[in-house]
Amino acid sequence: MDGVSVNFTVNGREVTATVDPRTLLVHFLREHLKLTGTHIGCDTSQCGACTVHLDGKPAKSCALLAVQLEGAEVTTIEGIAGPDGMHPMQAAFKEHHGLQCGFCTPGMVMMGIDIANRHEAPDEATIRSELEGNLCRCTGYHNIVASIAAGASASRRREASG
Amino acid sequence: MSDRGHIPESRQREKPRADLQWIGKSMKRVEDPRLLVGKGIYADDINVPEMAHAAVLRSPHAHARIVSIDASKAEALPGVLCVMTGADAAEVCDPLPTWASPPVLQAVIAHDRVRHVGEAVVAVAAEDRYIAEDACDLIEVEYEPLPPVVDPEEALTSTGDAVLHPERGDTNIGLERTLTFGPVEEDFAAADLVIERRFRWPRSGGQPLETVGAVASFDEGAGRFTIQCNTSMYNYCGWMIASTLRVAPHKLNIVPTLAGGSFGSKMFVHKVPVMAAVLARAVGRPVKFMEDRIDNTTSCDNHASDRVYYAKLALKQDGTLLSLKTRIIDDYGAYLQFGVGQHGNALSQCVGPYRINSVEVDLAAVLTNKCQQGAYRGFGSEVANFVIERLVDAAADELGVDRIALRRQNFIQPDQFPYLIPTGNMYDSGNYQAVLEETLKLADVEGWRAKQAEGRKEGRYIGIGVASCQERSVFSATEFWMWNLEPGVEWTSSPDGVSVKIDPTGKAFVTLHSPFWGNSPETVAAQVLAEQLTIDPSDIEITYSDTDQGLNSTGPGGSRFTVMVTGAIVGAAGKIREKLLRIAAHLMEADVRDLTLEDGAVQVKGVPDMKMSIAELADKAHYYRLSMPEDLDLTSGLDATYVYDHPVTTLPDPDERHMGIFYPIMGHSCHIPVVEVDIETGQVHFLHYAAVHDCGTMVNPMTLEGHIRGGTVNGIGTALFEEFSYDEAGQLTTALWTDYLIPTIKESPADIVVGHVETPSPFTEYGVKGGGEGGRMGGPPAIAAAIEDALKPLGVTIDSLPLPPSKLRALIREAQARSA
Repeated sequence: MDGVSVNFTVNGREVTATVDPRTLLVHFLREHLKLTGTHIGCDTSQCGACTVHLDGKPAKSCALLAVQLEGAEVTTIEGIAGPDGMHPMQAAFKEHHGLQCGFCTPGMVMMGIDIANRHEAPDEATIRSELEGNLCRCTGYHNIVASIAAGASASRRREASG
Repeated sequence: MSDRGHIPESRQREKPRADLQWIGKSMKRVEDPRLLVGKGIYADDINVPEMAHAAVLRSPHAHARIVSIDASKAEALPGVLCVMTGADAAEVCDPLPTWASPPVLQAVIAHDRVRHVGEAVVAVAAEDRYIAEDACDLIEVEYEPLPPVVDPEEALTSTGDAVLHPERGDTNIGLERTLTFGPVEEDFAAADLVIERRFRWPRSGGQPLETVGAVASFDEGAGRFTIQCNTSMYNYCGWMIASTLRVAPHKLNIVPTLAGGSFGSKMFVHKVPVMAAVLARAVGRPVKFMEDRIDNTTSCDNHASDRVYYAKLALKQDGTLLSLKTRIIDDYGAYLQFGVGQHGNALSQCVGPYRINSVEVDLAAVLTNKCQQGAYRGFGSEVANFVIERLVDAAADELGVDRIALRRQNFIQPDQFPYLIPTGNMYDSGNYQAVLEETLKLADVEGWRAKQAEGRKEGRYIGIGVASCQERSVFSATEFWMWNLEPGVEWTSSPDGVSVKIDPTGKAFVTLHSPFWGNSPETVAAQVLAEQLTIDPSDIEITYSDTDQGLNSTGPGGSRFTVMVTGAIVGAAGKIREKLLRIAAHLMEADVRDLTLEDGAVQVKGVPDMKMSIAELADKAHYYRLSMPEDLDLTSGLDATYVYDHPVTTLPDPDERHMGIFYPIMGHSCHIPVVEVDIETGQVHFLHYAAVHDCGTMVNPMTLEGHIRGGTVNGIGTALFEEFSYDEAGQLTTALWTDYLIPTIKESPADIVVGHVETPSPFTEYGVKGGGEGGRMGGPPAIAAAIEDALKPLGVTIDSLPLPPSKLRALIREAQARSA
């Protein structure tokens, strides 16, 4: 294997590595950086458990090669909590019972933050439309929608007060 | 003793009460924080030093002889540590565990013959997964195809080369028997009307987001395996894996990881840990084997009931239900992991919530060239619900009476509990009318009937379905073997244990002996222990044991866990409370009968300042032996273990007049979906969905509602989309989630209105019943009824699932052709 050098930022930390060019981003995060909060569900980009933020936008990390990331900024579920604890979106999932087994949850939370970033006050229809690329087998989605709505509202409050 | 058996005395210690502090509260989950920050450790998150990675080459054929395997190129690939064929594996391990009797032998890696697409043919361990998969691509296998057996009814007559397991005889029938409970022939002779239908229940599966995985290591010095794995039942029968690996049971430690969902499919994981373990022993390094999605869908235990029913319901002209006869052909795939336990299960509630006097079940469990069946939310009873509800709907239509009225007329009445059904199983308690009335209220059926009538004038097809379904919980082990003529095992224990320790500062530690597989075991344990010891749940820490430390625990599955862990904690906390009171009585020089435990302290009744906190007493218990009474049993410390046995189970009758009590903690639900069918596209839209469940005393309404909604969406998947579909050659055409359609948010109702009725069990602690599976047990028959109701003007009958647009369009076209 001829390695390819790649440089990018993960959760604010600069990462330089030489990787097999076929290495998927999700494997790079999980195997090389040991950031195992990003999960692999379906292998075919259906489920969204591997969703991370790439330059501030959601991306399925099972559908990207690590070498495509040169110069990019990646944020994973491990990178969103603040010094005073969970991100408001994470806290909202706890408050509204938005998770059961927790396996889809990192992807749902990352998607939820993105929805909150792009929509002023996302209503149920907006959230449902935005979440079509993330699968959950436990909840029936009901409480995930409630969590994201509440998390978006709490995020705005935090920004307003910050 | 009647022909239906006897009912033992209740062993309930804690009655349901109105003044409970923690039980019944929607406490936020203890499990959540680590899962939310990405720090939950699932199987694939485990990394140990020197760990190698496995990949598996799988059969492309449904049925074939393996003629030769050339792995030389794979072995020469840099980074490959071991290439193991079925013949290699057979030298170091025995067949996989099974409850089938006589056994259907299954090897971790097939040798000589493959019996389904996806069966393991060669396993590779390598420095990383990429290399392991490259190596699989370099392996050349020559096969000699054999006739594939795909249709379950054709499997009944297979002979010769089409027989999967010739050592069991020249047949693909794994088991065939008829069980008769009560005067079936007399009841049919007395009937005015017999409803006859053929039903087809599709092969679907739990499809958790996380596949099965294991990390195994072998300590050559100690001759001992450690396997970290996302399995359940490890403290019940995990030792069986040691037998497969040819080590003594104490030379295997199974350590549970979090499971990213199971829905039954990880009930007793065996292939994956054995695969990782044989490779680890071969390469002398730890090995991780994490299934990819194809591994899981083609070869794990992720396929469930796949049945053809020929069903007959006998009744009187006045609507009285009399008797039920079913001929069932169940397509088990290539092996029989749990025997025909799914049909033990189905006997638990096959008469639904109705007074039906007699039952006959004629079962043929057939072996075909498909992945073997495992468990999925319902474990066979959900199919029985579909069958009885469809029959009752058909009976009402035939009699020209209202479907709801016929149900009301035949319900077992609240004063008839505990009630033994013809198969011998007991329904502990219930109030089916109350559940129905509550659902009718939430569903606004009258309002929707009016909208349906208006819609029909405008060419809209709106339908309302009603299903009143049993929701059995807490299986007894007898369900696994009751069908076998010569059971290999005749286990009657299915307990769950717990260990509780109070440290010297008064903090509580609970060790669970069953895993987390997506439910809320820590939350339940914290709520019940907080209730028992009058402490705050935030002062309780919960961990999970491995098999080295484990107490006999059957684990989640069959909606057991909440009932069983509640019972175990009541038992352990009772011992701790007794010790606290004895110590307090001694230290405060009071009579133990004058003491009470409240608000985290032992209090002398009526003397407010005479009290000692649990923390003070724990300190004394741990460090002040010389201040204690001299009683020999008052050893230092404050801890207890308790193994809670199944609350009420009895043996099958030796003459098989009944099967004993084996699934008695009986919940109930009523589901009323309102759907609209677009007859041009065959699409189904949910306009409303109401579900009321009675799971006895609720421990945590929030998590119960989560199960109900999630389970109902599983039921929607089963009813409308999901199917492991095999073509005529035995190819699985829906192996990936591109083709096997689990409901996305777009197919899930915007709201499922959930209601509750609480009829406590007289047999379990606090009257709790299980509620993990009810959504999927109630959804499919209700949705089928709603669609049939919507299409009533066209005369469409629903006898099989799933009902994707293509299938509904075909039914609609047929009906239109008939009327034209």
